[in-house]
Amino acid sequence: MTLEISRRGFLKSASALAGTALVVGYGADQVLAQPVTAADFTPFVRLTSDGTVTAIIKHFECGQGTATGLSTLIAEELNMPLDRVEVDFAPADASRYGNTLFGGAQGTGGSTAMADSYLKYRTAGAAAREMLVGAAAELWGVPIAAVALKDGVVTAGDRSAPLGDLVALAAQRPVPAAPRLKDPSEFTVIGNPNTGRRDSGPKTDGTAIYGMDIHLDNQIVAVVLRSQRFGGTLVSHDASGAAAVPGFIRSAAIPTGAGVIVYAQNTWAALQARDAITAQWDFSAAENRSSDAIKAELMAAVNAEAAFDARGTAAETAAALENAAQVIERDFYFPFLAHATMEPMTCVVAPTETGVMVYDGCQFPTGVQMAFAAVLQIPEENVEIKTLYAGGTFGRRATQTGDYQVEAALAFALNGGQQPVKLVWTREDDIKGGYYRPAYAHKVRVGLDADGQIVGWDHRIAGKPIFKGGPWASFMVQDGVDNSTVEGTRDTPYALPGMYVGVTDGDTPISVNWWRSVGHSHTAFVMETMMDMAAQAAGQDPVAYRLSYLTDGTPDQTRMANVLRLAAERSGWSDTPAQGHWRGVAVHKSFGTFVAEVVEISGTAEDGVAVEKVTCAVDCGIAVNPDVIAAQMESGIGYGIGHAMRNAITFTEGEVDQFNFPDYEPLRITDIKAIETHIVASAEPPTGVGEPSTPPSAPALGNAIAAAGTRVTHLPMTANGVAFA
Amino acid sequence: MATSLTINGDARSVDAPDGTPLLWVIRDELKLTGTKFGCGVASCGSCTVHVDGFPVRSCQTYIEDVAGAEVTTIEGADTDVASAVKQAWNELSVVQCGYCQSGQIMSAIGLLTENPKPTVDEIEGYMWGNACRCATYQRIRAAVQRASEILEA
Ligand code: FES
Ligand code: FES
Repeated sequence: MTLEISRRGFLKSASALAGTALVVGYGADQVLAQPVTAADFTPFVRLTSDGTVTAIIKHFECGQGTATGLSTLIAEELNMPLDRVEVDFAPADASRYGNTLFGGAQGTGGSTAMADSYLKYRTAGAAAREMLVGAAAELWGVPIAAVALKDGVVTAGDRSAPLGDLVALAAQRPVPAAPRLKDPSEFTVIGNPNTGRRDSGPKTDGTAIYGMDIHLDNQIVAVVLRSQRFGGTLVSHDASGAAAVPGFIRSAAIPTGAGVIVYAQNTWAALQARDAITAQWDFSAAENRSSDAIKAELMAAVNAEAAFDARGTAAETAAALENAAQVIERDFYFPFLAHATMEPMTCVVAPTETGVMVYDGCQFPTGVQMAFAAVLQIPEENVEIKTLYAGGTFGRRATQTGDYQVEAALAFALNGGQQPVKLVWTREDDIKGGYYRPAYAHKVRVGLDADGQIVGWDHRIAGKPIFKGGPWASFMVQDGVDNSTVEGTRDTPYALPGMYVGVTDGDTPISVNWWRSVGHSHTAFVMETMMDMAAQAAGQDPVAYRLSYLTDGTPDQTRMANVLRLAAERSGWSDTPAQGHWRGVAVHKSFGTFVAEVVEISGTAEDGVAVEKVTCAVDCGIAVNPDVIAAQMESGIGYGIGHAMRNAITFTEGEVDQFNFPDYEPLRITDIKAIETHIVASAEPPTGVGEPSTPPSAPALGNAIAAAGTRVTHLPMTANGVAFA
Repeated sequence: MATSLTINGDARSVDAPDGTPLLWVIRDELKLTGTKFGCGVASCGSCTVHVDGFPVRSCQTYIEDVAGAEVTTIEGADTDVASAVKQAWNELSVVQCGYCQSGQIMSAIGLLTENPKPTVDEIEGYMWGNACRCATYQRIRAAVQRASEILEA
């Protein structure tokens, strides 16, 4: 392909990108209405005549276990062990691989992968089974009912054939529209705790390939010199210092002023060259404030009338609080947070006959196709994507602007569009690069009557909205309220009388994004801290007090109460903790999944807190892969607790203070001594597990530290008076 | 300037200026991509390889320091200890995103080679510098113990 890029053309396409709604019509019933080739029985399962069964995974694998989970569904319906099913990632094609829960766009997020895939993949596996069985019946002249498929072998009486022998014949048969799905009582793979992960092998011998690992012939490396302040634009740059760096090729200013692309023969040369380039920036529209000023703005907002009402009215709640016997109040602050995936962002672009091939740990193929199409001015279908293993995401690899993929497209285009270009971010680029979990302030006033019962709950939140003004706003913003700011408060399963939730938007050029559990990453902390403080003010046990707000018998309340009881029971909640140990509890619903956690600590805020044990109970519907669920609970708990302990992105006159892991210190092996997960048996449809253990983890820790004597509600804890052992 | 070294048993000569981190030689020159770039400042351990049998952070080891040395990456880790560690990692489904795991495994091999029966404190002390953003620590701890058992058997 050839292409030309002009400043005008780019600006036009960039604004087209920003304004496009990411909706592709698609219904679950169309899944099977696809042309069948000899190999592709449905979009989700491929059988070949050598007997190989491959699950085509429509959601990227960032560690959350989709490769294992989705192939489990295929293995189950094909009656074969999980380790006989190979995995391959789907190409970019929303017509076949769209996520119904994303309006048909192809992408992963919001813990939707299993929820969206459960019936689609089982149906695909069952259809393939019926086609193979039907082929055998036809070939052998026996009734379909006489044919069985198990462990890759088709049998009828004394006849048998390996599955591969029947593939060609089976592929001639129509795809059944409604194949019989196995009854849950017949499951041997779904719910089996001993199946292992499908991606363990390549991830333990170094052969798993990530975006960072792509080396194409003739490929060059690009890094970007970006503004040190958000909203700054490039005025000029001087690359003469880079000329002496061996391997440096050249530099190119990005036409929008977003930065300077630095090209080199290899990564090290690119980094050396970038260090040698100087640039002038225009900061007139940039964020030039320090963190204290940003925090002061948000704290002031929650102590004033809110701009938007998300639930109830301030006046009615004020009246309820007037009559309360006591009012407890607290303010909260949550800093900006980086996702800090272990693999920094990277993306490789190579020319094809008609467009480009993109190599990416791709979280959101539909958005990435749109981004490349807009920048390169080519049809979306000419943007092919090779989805690779992603070295973590926590939300970072999908942004509403397609930020790093747009950079990769620009790097490719500004180099002439003829040569493979690999865009590489460093850890410093990542820590300083934005798309943070926004900073938020909350202020809550809870009124209790003489019996300690809640009579009113005034809850105000301020922070930069994630969705407002972006392509998903029509789904996520109503009446001025960005759902990501309030989710987990106004929709709490607790029966809270007199609840008011008000929202004021923060305003800053700092780019923000969803971060593992999105709004729940801060709202659960506030809800569960206030419930704890209310229980304390009422002189009641924190578990019993919470349960008393979950008695209406609704499915949500029942499931929430169940996980709470289970975590309490398994943690020994009713027993007095060992001398010097303290416990805290929290429970929260997010993404349709219910998680309760009890954190047991030793020590105090002054002497140093050690996290001795986290006991977790989860209800995520049918437990497809119990061990993957346990792993995700462990992961989400570590993520929540690690950040609450000591992570923050702060600013001095607009510049990010942190640079790398030494000052954005990750959770370490010594930080949590043990995590124990218990799964509630359930027949409900499966929901996600990648995020829901994060929200209750930090408040459970905070409540344990409060039990030891210190209540901390501004995060991170280490910057607000809590020492850790 | 050409530097001679042995990588996974093969004698290689690489042409990289002094000051080039071994990490980028391994990844970009030798195209051994199992060794990962996570931070570049010796604070995550994703880039851990063995130099003359001992784990080092290849992002902070320079090409001129490994002239004549024997370097082993995850691709070449094939001792009995290495297979026990990999087996344990598989049995306990340690990996999540997997990006840190080559480094975790190279450190664990180093630990068990020096100390076949480490205590929990010794495991935590040795593995402390290997960060895992997916927080697989509980399984790492257990898998090192499991590998120790496998080696004893
Ligand atoms: S990349 Fe070397 S320690 Fe992080
Ligand atoms: S498995 Fe993802 S960083 Fe360790």
